[in-house]
Amino acid sequence: MTFSADLGLAYPELILAIGALVLLVVGAFAPKAARLVGWSSVLVLAAAAVAAATGPFGRGFAGGMISDAASAFTQVAIFTASAIAIPLGQRWFERRGVHNFEFPILILLAALGMGMMAAAGDLIALYVGVELQSLALYVLAAMHRDNAKASEAGLKYFVLGALSSGLLLYGASLVYGFAGSTVFTEIAATVHGGAHTGELFGLVFLMCGLAFKVSAAPFHMWTPDVYEGAPTPVVAFFAAAPKLAAMVLFARLLAEAFGGAIVQWQQVLVALGLTSVAVGAFAGLAQRNLKRLWAYSSIANVGYAIIGLAAGNAEGVQSMLTFMVLYMIDVTGFFACLAALSRQGKSMETIEDMAGLFREQPGIALAMTAFSLSALGLPPFSGFWAKVFVFKAALGAGLPIPAVLGLVGSVVAAFYYLRLIKVMWFDTAVGATDKPPIEARIIAVSLALFSFPVVLGALIWIYPAAGRAAHAFGLA
Amino acid sequence: MPILSLITYAPLLGVAGILALRLFGKADDPRTVQASKWIALVTTLATLALSVLLVVQFNPHEAGFQFVEEAPWFAGLNYRMGVDGISVLFVLLTAFLMPLCIAASWKTIEKRVLEYMIAFLILETLVIGVFCALDLILFYIFFEFGLVPMFLIIGIWGGERRVYAAFKFFLYTLLGSVLMLAAILFMIGTAHTSSIPELMVYHFDPKVQTWLWLAFFASFAVKMPMWPVHTWLPDAHVEAPTAGSVILAGILLKLGGYGFMRFSLPMFPQASHQFTPLIFSLSVIAVVYTSLVAFRQVDIKKLIAYSSVAHMGFVTMGIFSGTATGEQGALFQMLSHGVISGALFLCVGVVYDRMHTREIAFYGGLVNRMPWYAAVFMLFTMGNVGLPGTSGFVGEILTMTGTYGVSTWTAIIAATGVILSAVYALTLYRRVIFGTITNSKLMGIDDLDWREVAIFAPLIAATLVLGVQPGAVFNLTQASVDHLVSAYQAAIGG
Repeated sequence: MTFSADLGLAYPELILAIGALVLLVVGAFAPKAARLVGWSSVLVLAAAAVAAATGPFGRGFAGGMISDAASAFTQVAIFTASAIAIPLGQRWFERRGVHNFEFPILILLAALGMGMMAAAGDLIALYVGVELQSLALYVLAAMHRDNAKASEAGLKYFVLGALSSGLLLYGASLVYGFAGSTVFTEIAATVHGGAHTGELFGLVFLMCGLAFKVSAAPFHMWTPDVYEGAPTPVVAFFAAAPKLAAMVLFARLLAEAFGGAIVQWQQVLVALGLTSVAVGAFAGLAQRNLKRLWAYSSIANVGYAIIGLAAGNAEGVQSMLTFMVLYMIDVTGFFACLAALSRQGKSMETIEDMAGLFREQPGIALAMTAFSLSALGLPPFSGFWAKVFVFKAALGAGLPIPAVLGLVGSVVAAFYYLRLIKVMWFDTAVGATDKPPIEARIIAVSLALFSFPVVLGALIWIYPAAGRAAHAFGLA
Repeated sequence: MPILSLITYAPLLGVAGILALRLFGKADDPRTVQASKWIALVTTLATLALSVLLVVQFNPHEAGFQFVEEAPWFAGLNYRMGVDGISVLFVLLTAFLMPLCIAASWKTIEKRVLEYMIAFLILETLVIGVFCALDLILFYIFFEFGLVPMFLIIGIWGGERRVYAAFKFFLYTLLGSVLMLAAILFMIGTAHTSSIPELMVYHFDPKVQTWLWLAFFASFAVKMPMWPVHTWLPDAHVEAPTAGSVILAGILLKLGGYGFMRFSLPMFPQASHQFTPLIFSLSVIAVVYTSLVAFRQVDIKKLIAYSSVAHMGFVTMGIFSGTATGEQGALFQMLSHGVISGALFLCVGVVYDRMHTREIAFYGGLVNRMPWYAAVFMLFTMGNVGLPGTSGFVGEILTMTGTYGVSTWTAIIAATGVILSAVYALTLYRRVIFGTITNSKLMGIDDLDWREVAIFAPLIAATLVLGVQPGAVFNLTQASVDHLVSAYQAAIGG
């Protein structure tokens, strides 16, 4: 392939990179134009999403970059989620006296990193994508820099994230050393009928590093602390899109590079998935802070996605992609609700704060109820369909015990979602809440409407699209 | 005309109406509150009219599904609705009890009336949907989401320990349901269809059947509820508001029995046959043990709740007898219990509304002040005991005769349940109604008002008509039940 054809594959990434740099210059010279930078970033993301959806498919940069149905599907989802995060976060910071144009640009850079993760075709692109995304997220977590908790969260995220990057690099170098190449397809040529010991070591390190990024247990320790400390709209962003990107990268690495070693990685995934479900369900029971609670909820939900991936076939990847997209909607929506709520200027973060919310803010309370029921996996909400596809894939791939244990885990987790609903609906209010800001209200309510009933129509399109994406990985 | 979808979603029109009220008026405005009640009542009555129309148009000679609606959905699923002789009467029962529930809540529900009416209307949609759904996933959606409105009804408008009861109800039922979901997904993956009529003729491997049967059993046994997983029921009943108890006993408990007849028997016949001794044992334990437990209760509602568990024992016994008589009896028993236990809970509601206690010892001698109430309560107590001439008799005698040929001991032990039910029901009646008034607080209690009479009148009529003219029901169910039984007997080689 010629260089210009290679560039053609990278249109979405190029749009984001150039857009981010140009807007950075604009912001630097006109710091008052933060709003303008924000809306321009949304436009850049929209353009990148269009480019991803329509762009030519193929492999470029000596196999380092892949543009296919899977990258297109993932990038459209990620860029949309990033575009939602910009108005949500920027206004939130403005109301707290932080007027900075860097927020949308950091989101753009994170989106660029995630886009690269979704399109990575070799170990180097994998690492560069992960790092670019992570660095932007570390800064975002500490963005509210006068707030001690936010700074702590940013630092904790950074230190533990650096550790996981180390694991990733170590694994990548082992795989390169034993396989003789960093390109996924060339690694695959050396993995026939199972990886040999050296590669297996490398693979396990890579999986640990990625498990860290998706916060799967036992690599989840950072999640509750970071979610609790980071600004709520930032959590709404990094609890959703980065996990999808990392899961897609996970799937691509396992399917394209180590497709010959399914038997070996399947058991690792089952262990990761079930541990996550158990940790998420049981540890969540003890949480009073809603951000921590949803951190554990996200650990459990990533566990379900991993169980879907563990099926090791195209249906499994399809179910995982559908799951992650639907889950992104729930988690973004829930944190948008939290970002919308405050009482006399103080944000409401504990379960007790939500007492009687249905009387105070029926719209937000209904939306939060929908997201909770959806995360619980109750039909007909989107979370139910997500789980249905995952468990169907797991059962079809001969993993009945993980499927049943996963479902039982969801009953345990049901308790804490119900407790939240109980507090909002049954208890009496403890005081008047402030009027929720308009942008958070719009985002929360429209995502709730997506969760039900729009999802019933949207799945007609999402599920086959995820299917095409899954087949791009070349699994059976 | 897609009449089934129309019946199912008609209550949602009422929800839309109440939401519109809320948008244009204040939630606490008495006029808004009054209007929301009327909207709910009219909607449920319209649904009732539609379901009467459905039963009239229903062809009793056809064994298969009628009024079938079908439309493709996503991921190979379909939107499929249809009714047969087994489900059509449950649609009618639901539509029949709902307006009574709304009327019974007319004055007793004082807080958050709009939400209350919305919860009931949504519940009606979901329950009717369960009986009409012909796609496993669609069935599961209706079945499972029904937990949410019931959770809210118990939790918001219930008694003192309502939060505990609501959680217990939800989590118990959810645990059963997720196991069923695993089985459903496995079945769809194996048979490559989610259509209930197609799965009814699909042959699962007997070894697989055992697991699937157990998973469905986990869900339906909790719903039913069967001993020993019945413990959520007394709590839920005691704490729920009167109308909530009526729905719970009258309709939601029937989902378990309906599930056994719709899924367990036709889809897993070998496993059903294999587990019949287990079911029979649990059924007679339910009949005898919970009757004894009922006798020792000090709370009227709890007593009736335990008696429901006992009566459901007859239903499970009849269903798994695998005979046409047993099935007919079980179906009839479910309908009759829906009417009678609903009416009994309303009877409790009448005195509870006046005195705000359900303690048996508080009452006594009510006949002196409330002769009409005493008469109404008498009729339903007799129905509960299974007196010939009331609907309660028909179901019990048929389930027992149906089982007699299959397992004589089961039928004989179950028959003692009839005596035991007379013991606890008549004792309750004597202690509450007869004697002289000793509690001075009861001196001012009033008899039924016209609203309560209007609620009880249709229930009295249903109890007596079903009791003397059960053929009307059997006529509708005959073809489908015969079909079910002959397929079952052929599958187990009997």
